[in-house]
Amino acid sequence: MMTTHTDVLPTEGGLGNTPLLAVDNLHVEFSTRQGVVKAVNGVSYDLYQGETLAVLGESGSGKSVTAQAIMGILDMPPARIPHGEIRFRGTDMLKLTDEARSQIRGQRIAMIFQDALSALNPVFTVGWQIGEMFRVHRGMSKRDAQKKAIELMDRVRIPAAKQRVHDYPHQFSGGMRQRIMIAMSIALDPEVLIADEPTTALDVTVQAQIMELLAELQRESNMGLILITHDLGVVADVADKIAVMYGGRIVEKALVHDVYRTPAHPYSKGLLDSIPRVDLKGQELYAIKGLPPNLLAMPPGCAFNPRCPYRQDNCVSEAPPLYEISHTRSSACHYWREVLDGSHE
Amino acid sequence: MAATSEPILEVRDLVKHFALTQGILVRRQIGAIKAVDGVSFDLRPGETLGIVGESGCGKSTLAKLLMALERPTSGSVKINGRDMAKARGRELKSMRRNVQMVMQDPYTSLNPRMTVGDIIGEPYEIHPEVAPKGMRRRKVQDLLELVGLNPDHINRYPHQFSGGQRQRIGIARGLALQPQIIICDEPVSALDVSIQAQVINLLERLQNELNLAYIFIAHDLSVVRHISDRVAVMYLGKLVELGGDVEIYDRPSHPYTQALLSAVPVPNPDGRERRERIILQGDPPSPANPPTGCRFRTRCWKAQDICAEQEPPLEVRPATDHRVACHFAEVHDVVQAH
Repeated sequence: MMTTHTDVLPTEGGLGNTPLLAVDNLHVEFSTRQGVVKAVNGVSYDLYQGETLAVLGESGSGKSVTAQAIMGILDMPPARIPHGEIRFRGTDMLKLTDEARSQIRGQRIAMIFQDALSALNPVFTVGWQIGEMFRVHRGMSKRDAQKKAIELMDRVRIPAAKQRVHDYPHQFSGGMRQRIMIAMSIALDPEVLIADEPTTALDVTVQAQIMELLAELQRESNMGLILITHDLGVVADVADKIAVMYGGRIVEKALVHDVYRTPAHPYSKGLLDSIPRVDLKGQELYAIKGLPPNLLAMPPGCAFNPRCPYRQDNCVSEAPPLYEISHTRSSACHYWREVLDGSHE
Repeated sequence: MAATSEPILEVRDLVKHFALTQGILVRRQIGAIKAVDGVSFDLRPGETLGIVGESGCGKSTLAKLLMALERPTSGSVKINGRDMAKARGRELKSMRRNVQMVMQDPYTSLNPRMTVGDIIGEPYEIHPEVAPKGMRRRKVQDLLELVGLNPDHINRYPHQFSGGQRQRIGIARGLALQPQIIICDEPVSALDVSIQAQVINLLERLQNELNLAYIFIAHDLSVVRHISDRVAVMYLGKLVELGGDVEIYDRPSHPYTQALLSAVPVPNPDGRERRERIILQGDPPSPANPPTGCRFRTRCWKAQDICAEQEPPLEVRPATDHRVACHFAEVHDVVQAH
């Protein structure tokens, strides 16, 4: 079993240095007909004020399930959280009552989803849906909530907000819908914003608009941002630090510049090596061999071992803990030194 | 690559308008969606032409026209010198054999009730001359082997395969009729990142072995650069820039191409504060009512009066094979080498 670890940044030393949000040794399981799926297996990460943490991973890596656990929107059952803590400003949210939890959800921790069209209700106007935040959480009147909705639509730069507040989601383009989602999520000035693949369904030109908007809102309000994505380009553009997930675990945690210069885990190194590069055009791309793991039948030892070029015998017999390389980075690989040396060449 | 040989595919002034009608009893045409509006290019054997552009720019309609799934409103698609738009019956059928497609989503493009053998062998039902009945199983197994799957899995169903393997099945189906041209519509965007490189390598290997010509439609511009010999940039149904990969990526001359390239996140955090970003405002205009003159002028920072009055033709830049449709075209390298 994986041991718990010190996080990317030192947590000791004064109140000012407590993380805004700390996920500590979180485990999430789902009971299915085929057996228990361990979707998240001892994940720990910290988020500080004004910071952007990118959680990178492919489908099934547990990145979204972790986010849903933070938000408290997992269906339980079938989901179960056997171990772990999620501390928001020092309080473990998993121990709170449902009522206390819903005071935090949406108000202090908010989330943006990937598919804005299915996340919005098609039969209500967007103004009504944005205003709902104020009516429900702040007890505002319909008219005041509407006013607030227009203000927010201006803030996320939807043109002609005054007229468009009466429009329905289908009357907006994909990028504008995502702006509406963002308007709803920042309505109550949350301290933490979780963005789950916010731009995956969008064109690159619109993606650039949305990422710029998110960065600006973050600067204005100094909120902590967790960006869940599989896009190495988006991460490089905006993140301060990064947690790479594979098979329900964090395999590497580091400051963003360190990972791109010298990855310390074979999986992160493989992902970076497989990006097409101009100087290698015409040559075969480096490809990580094999397939992502099946969560119902995880390989013994390190989950990445069947695909790993650094594999030795103990990778199959013994799951690597998250080794601390420096106080800002750690890698879950027995051979992180070799991987680091290999990245330097 | 094979620049000296005759083009296998010649597209000339291709136009596809979808009529917009109004009224239930008396249907009147009130306008048209100009999905593809005058597109011309050539494709040679063994060559890859990348097509990039935002959603709604007409990339997929263009693919359907090349497959003869849609009839063009005007213009021509010539395959080996024969016009596909004029062909009917048996002739059309044999021309269609020559152009096959690899779809975007390997989860919805394979029938879950059919075995892999039936899926890959289905094209032989329509074109029995390619493989006589007794030979089919053998042929399908060869195809499975060619795309890197186990030939013994011929009786399995799609759900027993992962996303990357399913895309290989889709590719094998595309190869079954031994086409010369394959249209890849976003072939890797539905796949996990660690699997994408495997499928791109497979496509490149097949191209070298079988001398295939690819039309490669994708929104991941770094993948397009890696695989393409030439790249066409589309905006609202028109090509705005067409050139070799180095010309498009290192010397982009159309403002739209420059904006598109600068919007792509570079997977390298070094120097991100200094990167030049051209962020286009708003969304593309509706193809039902495109702007007069140059279609990009409503979002363009260089637009002058002439752009609203005169439509810029797709002109060759002097001393190159690089075509740009802009009155104020000039080279501006927005992408740092990475």
